[in-house]
Amino acid sequence: MKNRLKVLRAEKEMTQAQLADETGVSRQTINAIEKGKFDPSLPLAFKISRLFNMAIEDIFEDET
Amino acid sequence: MKHNELIARNKRNTIKLAFWTAAWVLTIALVTFGYKFWDQSPVISVITISVNLLIGIGMIIANMKYLNGLDELQRKISLEAMGITLGVTLVAGLAYSMLDTTNVISNDAEISYLVMVMGLTYITATVINNIKYK
Repeated sequence: MKNRLKVLRAEKEMTQAQLADETGVSRQTINAIEKGKFDPSLPLAFKISRLFNMAIEDIFEDET
Repeated sequence: MKHNELIARNKRNTIKLAFWTAAWVLTIALVTFGYKFWDQSPVISVITISVNLLIGIGMIIANMKYLNGLDELQRKISLEAMGITLGVTLVAGLAYSMLDTTNVISNDAEISYLVMVMGLTYITATVINNIKYK
């Protein structure tokens, strides 16, 4: 799954650690999501979308 | 939950799991090597084996709490490592058992070798998965 997390995080001038802090996961998880190696669960995707005040589909894009 | 809280919780759960695992291993050593010291009394052996079983249950509960305390990527890494460990143990264990039953190997198949294979496989799979998701 592709996502715009890295760009959105940069726009908010947040570090991976800060985003991890806000969403309650490890920095490794944020890094893996940004690199497209790991797809977040729905609750985590909702947390991220609330944080950036955007819809989930505006952040994550299904590649299938 | 904050990232630091997650790290602190994982650390707490890891210490608890290490404590239960160490206690379980110690009771195994007590049963395995201790029976010679209490003149091979079946009563004392049954008591120590019962203690070992109870501590084993504690270790399983501690492991479940440890896994539930992980975040979703860490849980995926552990789940994949456990899946690989289960597969390797089943395949290697049965192959090893067949080597014994067909008398290809002269000595009896020992379960301790299987436990070692399990441990090494789990560690290797966890390390590889951590690199994969880095």
